[in-house]
Amino acid sequence: MRIIVLIKHVPDTWEERVLDPTTGRLDRSASERVVDEITERALEAALALKDRDKSIEVVALTMGPGESSGAIKKALSMGADAGIHLVDDALAGADAMTTSATLAAALRDAGADLIIAGNESTDGRGGVIPAMIAEHLGLPALTFVSELAIDGDRVRGERATETATSIVSAPLPAIVSITEGMPEPRFPSFKGIMGAKKKPVASHSLADLEPALAGSRQGASSIVLTCEQRPGRTGAEPIVDEGDAGTQLAAFLAQQRLV
Amino acid sequence: MTTALVHIDLTADGAPADSTAALLGAAAALGEPVAVVAVAPGTDTSTLASALGRLGAARVVVAEATEVGSVIATPQVSALAAAIDREQPSVVLLAHSIESRDVAGRLAVRVGGALAWDAVDVAADGDRVVATHSLFGGAYATTSMVEGGLPIITVRQGSIDARAAAVASPAVEMLSVEVTGAVATVESSTPVRPSGRPELRTAKVVVAGGRGLGSPERFALVEQLADALGGAVGASRAAVDAGYIAPAAQVGQTGTTVAPDLYIALGISGAIQHKAGMQTAKTIVAINTDASAPIFEVADFGIVGDVFQVVPQLLSALESRR
Ligand SMILES: Cc1cc2nc3c(=O)[nH]c(=O)nc-3n(C[C@H](O)[C@H](O)[C@H](O)COP(=O)(O)OP(=O)(O)OC[C@H]3O[C@@H](n4cnc5c(N)ncnc54)[C@H](O)[C@@H]3O)c2cc1C
Repeated sequence: MRIIVLIKHVPDTWEERVLDPTTGRLDRSASERVVDEITERALEAALALKDRDKSIEVVALTMGPGESSGAIKKALSMGADAGIHLVDDALAGADAMTTSATLAAALRDAGADLIIAGNESTDGRGGVIPAMIAEHLGLPALTFVSELAIDGDRVRGERATETATSIVSAPLPAIVSITEGMPEPRFPSFKGIMGAKKKPVASHSLADLEPALAGSRQGASSIVLTCEQRPGRTGAEPIVDEGDAGTQLAAFLAQQRLV
Repeated sequence: MTTALVHIDLTADGAPADSTAALLGAAAALGEPVAVVAVAPGTDTSTLASALGRLGAARVVVAEATEVGSVIATPQVSALAAAIDREQPSVVLLAHSIESRDVAGRLAVRVGGALAWDAVDVAADGDRVVATHSLFGGAYATTSMVEGGLPIITVRQGSIDARAAAVASPAVEMLSVEVTGAVATVESSTPVRPSGRPELRTAKVVVAGGRGLGSPERFALVEQLADALGGAVGASRAAVDAGYIAPAAQVGQTGTTVAPDLYIALGISGAIQHKAGMQTAKTIVAINTDASAPIFEVADFGIVGDVFQVVPQLLSALESRR
């Protein structure tokens, strides 16, 4: 069985993240890039399945600029068997339509039985790409699952939405997106880091993805019109409780008409 | 007048979800608001239609499919695709909910539209629709539009105040749609029990607790204050991870983004990922034993103190103000 995990390089959420005011795109020079934590958990989910069944092959796929190869390197050192990097200058600032069409084109003939993604990235928060890829490829999608198991030729998981918690399943091949309710990712071992160097990584440009890409590309796109930075917030000097802070807070809330 | 289609999320008991009023309110500013709802055959559509009319639907398109309720997203996608075919709308609005995001993403691919997600506002600008987005916890505001296809926009829940005028008896049009191909099946489902408290996304007051509460039992203090203020209960990720409260309560980078009139952070340090979900609240109150906790950088009223001393005193002060 082959599992392809979609991983993403994102700006570190521990730092201030910066948008270029003219394009509304991420300013890549402004903050350190890390593998998005949720996609590390997606990889962990695949590796946990592989721990139980050594015949499973785990491939990490990322789309992003040259430096995103760092995300693949990390995935290989955690235990993925191979990497695929989609890299092309024309993909800078790609919207959801282009991103999903490109990923779908790369996945179309990649022979995945199961595709695992994070539910939403910390820099985009759209949470739509897995469903879009599923539609491109005609696959069922189990999105936002917090538990995952393979059961014969089906994949099964638990999915909590705003209205219900459900047990959901789909026949393979399928795409799954996982939430941060899934277990934390393992750390790369020394052996993993050394072994990563010998693992195969394929790099594809947009031209390499034809003709599959022509089949999934569409005319419509979403474009950024304006981008404006909002003034930061400054707090007031806190008071130190000397036994009456609760009463003072009640008075503050009353004065602000909040109670 | 152009048509603005609104996809209706349903609650477990088949009523329009809380997000509906804001979606129809937003749609009314863009065109004739037409609700599209997918139901299982045999559903009582008259109750549903009058509920949607009260919330401002000028017309209701009801699409029947046997898979509604037992298959994820694709019945709704087929319903919307059929409604788009018939209505030729200028825009489709959906909630940025878990269910509707799947629907929106698939729909954009199926009909060759383009997606704008997590809009906090939508407005007509001539014959195009401009969506406003709030990024990185409100640090940036961007606007976007769709070129070359139908705009399909998901709207952040709780962000739009506009409401459409009620329509006494909206016309109902019935469609029947089919789902093809391999599907994701719902095997069993437990509806979320109503907490009796306001919904986190739309609450005017949010009281949130962090790791500083120390245990699930002691986290009850957060709930007590929320109830005293008629607010919703929120939490930091550390509190969720420690099992003090269900994941749905998480506020922040990977949880819910809230912008209430009042946010009270109890025993929360104010990590950047937590602030990303609450720093656009109108008034922020923080109580923390550590004077150097970063939550104080954004608090309008900060107390360096123990929540187990300060909050009980606050509760009795609030009680005596009644
Ligand atoms: C990719 C990513 C995404 C994340 N997403 C989120 C998210 O969505 N939401 C989120 O919240 N976090 C998120 N985090 C985690 C975040 O970094 C912090 O770890 C988390 O917010 C800390 O929660 P906390 O403030 O409850 O705990 P702590 O940081 O441990 O703070 C507890 C606080 O309680 C105070 N305290 C202790 N006892 C008392 C007392 N008796 N009275 C008053 N104060 C007391 C302490 O002084 C301390 O400041 C994310 C992290 C990453 C890397």
